[in-house]
Amino acid sequence: MAYSEKVIDHYSNPKNVGTLDKAKTNVGTGLVGAPECGDVMRLQIEVDQESGLISDAKFKTFGCGSAIASSSLATEWLKGKSIDQALTIDNMDIVEELNLPPVKIHCSVLAEDAIKAAINDYRVKNGLPEFVLEKKAH
Amino acid sequence: MEMKFPIYLDNNATTPMDPRVLEAMLPYFVEKFGNAASRNHSFGWEAEEAVDYAREQVAKLINADPKEIIFTSGATEADNLAIKGVFEMYASKGNHIITCTTEHKAVLDTCKHIEKQGGQVTYLEVAADGLINLEELEAAITDKTILISIMYGNNEIGVVQPMREISKIARKHGILLFTDATQAVGKIPVDVNADGIDLMAFSGHKMYGPKGVGALYVRRKNPRVKVTSQMDGGGHERGMRSGTLNVPNIVGLGKACELCMNEMESEAIRLSAMRDRLETSLLELEEAYVNGNREHRLPHTANISFKYVEGEGLMMGFNKNIALSSGSACTSASLEPSYVLKALGLGDDLAHSSLRFGLGRFTTDEQIDFTIDAIKTTVLKLREMSPLWEMYKEGIDLNAIEWAHH
Repeated sequence: MAYSEKVIDHYSNPKNVGTLDKAKTNVGTGLVGAPECGDVMRLQIEVDQESGLISDAKFKTFGCGSAIASSSLATEWLKGKSIDQALTIDNMDIVEELNLPPVKIHCSVLAEDAIKAAINDYRVKNGLPEFVLEKKAH
Repeated sequence: MEMKFPIYLDNNATTPMDPRVLEAMLPYFVEKFGNAASRNHSFGWEAEEAVDYAREQVAKLINADPKEIIFTSGATEADNLAIKGVFEMYASKGNHIITCTTEHKAVLDTCKHIEKQGGQVTYLEVAADGLINLEELEAAITDKTILISIMYGNNEIGVVQPMREISKIARKHGILLFTDATQAVGKIPVDVNADGIDLMAFSGHKMYGPKGVGALYVRRKNPRVKVTSQMDGGGHERGMRSGTLNVPNIVGLGKACELCMNEMESEAIRLSAMRDRLETSLLELEEAYVNGNREHRLPHTANISFKYVEGEGLMMGFNKNIALSSGSACTSASLEPSYVLKALGLGDDLAHSSLRFGLGRFTTDEQIDFTIDAIKTTVLKLREMSPLWEMYKEGIDLNAIEWAHH
């Protein structure tokens, strides 16, 4: 199976690899997946408290090229968005952007889960109620 | 000499054909096209002669009699013919077969088929190093046992089972021994008499011969073994495998066996030296582990897990330049990693992190150097990107985390 140009580009030059200080109240961390499944994504957002916009996003991913590319793309999309806007990112947008084949759709689902988990972590830290996550089939 | 890319290190999947094999085959397509079963004219005689010669070349490599070689379409067919053929032929003696969990699917799925037909199959577990336990083997034998089917060398980890000890047990109890020796024949000395093997499957394309041809060795004396044919027709191959003989491929298999016979010994030394160098260099990385027994192993195979990086992601770092395979199965619908590695007791995480190296006749030292560099660089790069590596470095116990399984 050949990878799309965009997957190869994100894999070769991943955007926003790194770690934010999870102790900070304006940082939300999402850790999804499991080592046994071959994919673990950690996605973090830092929210500018004044504007309410995501000022920074970082990821680290254990997984195949498509999983790395999905999380790299997600961090790019998150920056500059409000929390509400971030919640509208759908896994199928990632599939479309990266031309993921059907067997790799689970990578995009995981990225969407990671975004939502990071947002929820941020909300809980700031005394806001959790969003109920709609479970998608992996 | 300039290095040729991509580098091929997946010789356990298939080997390139040796040009000398192709040369031997070529006359048998257009010019000498006869049917080896045509007894009344020179076209047939010519083809038959070529098949007879190939049969001798094949037999010689495994120290068999040429009459004991049944040509098939490959090892999968030979596995099927051996197991189903014995099960049917010896039905009056019993219905129990003993095999092990790390066998190739061609054996395991055939055994599943036997179970559906009312047979009993025992699947022996293997130890962490991939070897079966001989006491467990003997303990599994019942008065209904008719066949022991244990592979010679494993395709994923290269572990070589103790065939001679296994055959001693089989002989002691009067049970037939079949071995899938696809990865072993032509790579290490295999001697059906010294090893005490009754039936043995192998294939052309794993030893620099053509695809679509293989053989089943069926012992003719001490004891005389018979299998019920699984294909009805003209009664070729002593009635055990009907179908017009694939003369060019059989000639190719014969030539491939002859080349292995002559070159195997020096090749094994060269390949194991390269393999060991590759392995030693890669083990310089932290948290890298060899899967399977390193002593009882095929000379050209290495299987290494690089903890905290995922195999497919790892391969993507160099698969433009290097072709090899991973125990991870992120592309498959099931997402299940290698059942062989899991049988060794590896967690799914380590199985997902494994690479299989299959060196071959055309592998060079320069290619190994390049591979070592490429893999080390990629492992380090991906670990920088791996949340698991970061956690490991922070001393977090990954097993204590409640992962969201999906």
